Amino acid sequence: MLDKRTPLVEMDDISLSFGGLHAVENAHIELYPGEVVGLVGHNGAGKSCFMKILSGAYKRDAGRILIDGQEAAINNPRDAKQYGIETIYQTLALADNVDAAANLFLGRELVTPIRTLDELAMEAEARKVMGRLNPNFRRYKEPVKALSGGQRQSVAIARAILFNARILIMDEPTAALGPQETAQVGELIKQLKADGIGIFLISHDLHDVFDLSDRIVVMKNAQVVGSVNTSDVTKDEVLGMIILGKLPPGATPGPGAAKD
Amino acid sequence: MADQQTVASVTRSEQRGGNPWQRFLAATELDVRLIGMIGALLIIWVGFHILSSPTYSLSTGLFMTPRNLWNLSVQTSEVAVMATGMVLIIVTRNIDLSVGSIVGFVGMVMGVLQAEILPDYLGFSHPAIWIIALLAGIALGALIGGLQGAIIAFLEVPAFIVTLGGYLVWRGAAWWVASGRTIAPMDQTFQLMGGGALGSIGALWSWVLCAVICVGIALVVLSGRRQRRRFNFPLRPVWAEALLTAIGCAIAIGAVWVANSYPWPKGVAQAWAKAHNVTIPPEGLFISTGVAIPVLIALGAGVVVTFMANRMRFGRYVYAIGGNPEAAELAGIRTKWVLVRVFMLMGALAGLSAAIGIARLNASTNGLGIQQELYVIAAAVIGGTSFAGGIGTIVGAMIGAVVMQSLQSGMVLIGIESPMQSIVVGTVLVFAVWLDSIYRRRAK
Repeated sequence: MLDKRTPLVEMDDISLSFGGLHAVENAHIELYPGEVVGLVGHNGAGKSCFMKILSGAYKRDAGRILIDGQEAAINNPRDAKQYGIETIYQTLALADNVDAAANLFLGRELVTPIRTLDELAMEAEARKVMGRLNPNFRRYKEPVKALSGGQRQSVAIARAILFNARILIMDEPTAALGPQETAQVGELIKQLKADGIGIFLISHDLHDVFDLSDRIVVMKNAQVVGSVNTSDVTKDEVLGMIILGKLPPGATPGPGAAKD
Repeated sequence: MADQQTVASVTRSEQRGGNPWQRFLAATELDVRLIGMIGALLIIWVGFHILSSPTYSLSTGLFMTPRNLWNLSVQTSEVAVMATGMVLIIVTRNIDLSVGSIVGFVGMVMGVLQAEILPDYLGFSHPAIWIIALLAGIALGALIGGLQGAIIAFLEVPAFIVTLGGYLVWRGAAWWVASGRTIAPMDQTFQLMGGGALGSIGALWSWVLCAVICVGIALVVLSGRRQRRRFNFPLRPVWAEALLTAIGCAIAIGAVWVANSYPWPKGVAQAWAKAHNVTIPPEGLFISTGVAIPVLIALGAGVVVTFMANRMRFGRYVYAIGGNPEAAELAGIRTKWVLVRVFMLMGALAGLSAAIGIARLNASTNGLGIQQELYVIAAAVIGGTSFAGGIGTIVGAMIGAVVMQSLQSGMVLIGIESPMQSIVVGTVLVFAVWLDSIYRRRAK
């Protein structure tokens, strides 16, 4: 908490509502290079909405986003990608009717000098990155619809790391994966962390979050309850934050913390 | 990892096991739906051929004669041109009900332009008239399509409503262009786009076209093989590649042979002989008509739109939007602009189709294109385009257009009354989509 470096991302006083419903209220979060921040909370606590503001999928009502200490204008997914922010959505956001390579490069296709799609180059890149995640993957010519849940998730993860992201948002990245693939994603996260990439990890699985994250931020009812260093707390204490909004000693409180 | 092993073994068993038909399909990688459609087409042709014969035999039938098939090809081209664009519209989960009315309006504008406005400036039969009129028509169509697309994409009015409005607006506008008058005749050169004896390319050029198509097919097969080898994909067996090339060439040769077997009508041939001082032999003058220009235009439109759909970013975005609009947006695609461009393309193709239509009639009437939107949509749907979005091929839609037109002209040939024709076409449409949905469910 006494980090004097400039945060990679700082989201300050962010609010978002749909109609009269507050999805995110005065939320603050920061992320340093090479750090994994676990974002946890109940269903509907506002975690995904909060992160979708950073990835440009939702437009915030209020607040500012700083990247490297500079105010960033993020109004759509294209803006976010410009800042090196890549997202693995909970729904995976894949176009089911086209193949893996087409999904990996969707919106950023490689083209030949005469502006036609360079399928060969895209497929070669796809093989490289998929080989890193899922070495047995062979079904490059089939629409993504035909793939298993785990394979689809691998495609979504591959897409996020393909373009040298600096900031990665992973919304339940291992939900459809078996134990072996989950372990592979864990390895990948450690690898990316070592490369200095900052990662927001949204997960229901406290076990994963404790394994992988340096810091945990808890949200409840659209507000941030508080932020703790993973090494300072137990799972029960984090559960207390999620369910009751009760802060353990040493936590940085947020607006959602229980007032006693 | 277990599921991947199963997958690998499934692919292998698909290649080796199964009955001969399954092995044939696996080796050639032919689309079953496409084979089914061509099979249905053949059944329709042979059926009408027998039914149109006074003795119900194959030898005296009227359907599979050069004359009828040549006419069929010309009649199909207007709908086929638009079906290529309609596929992309439906793939993006939209619909365009206005194309028939756009044909009417743009056809009137092109007619007035070449018959009444341009001759005042350029003189009658000036060689530039046809191209100015054609380009103006295509541009106007694109403009109308773009306007409708912008309303759909940016103002978020459903495509069904916007184009239903367009259906009424442009039909009304077609009347206003010339207060309902019929404009005739069209420019001499412009008329060639409608086909006829003069609007065809003759025997020699038809064979040249055939050679180009055969070489093109061979090149596509060869380059596909080279790419697969480079990326270590399983290659198709050589016999399968050879068979596919041979089938493609045989279809091209057959089509050209049929077109060349259709002679110029006697009167036209006699007038031509007189003008060129050719003595007419006693058995009569046989001049091959060859492939009609509107058919060439339709083939060209098919090739261009297929190229856009499969080889360009634009096409990739169209299919991605159809597969998952939200994912396309999250991937950073400017989905609204893509939609506008899809509707612009559709409008431009409607303009091109209108040019064929007025050239064929040698007149612009404000009734041109009435009900054509329905035939265009039906052609795309019979050709396997799914209203759920994301699925559809241009070649399928063009074959769908041939199926529709074959039904229509076959029924005319055997003397079925027009109300019954509508009933049959409508029933076939529903039946075809039902079959397709069964196939899709089984394929899953």
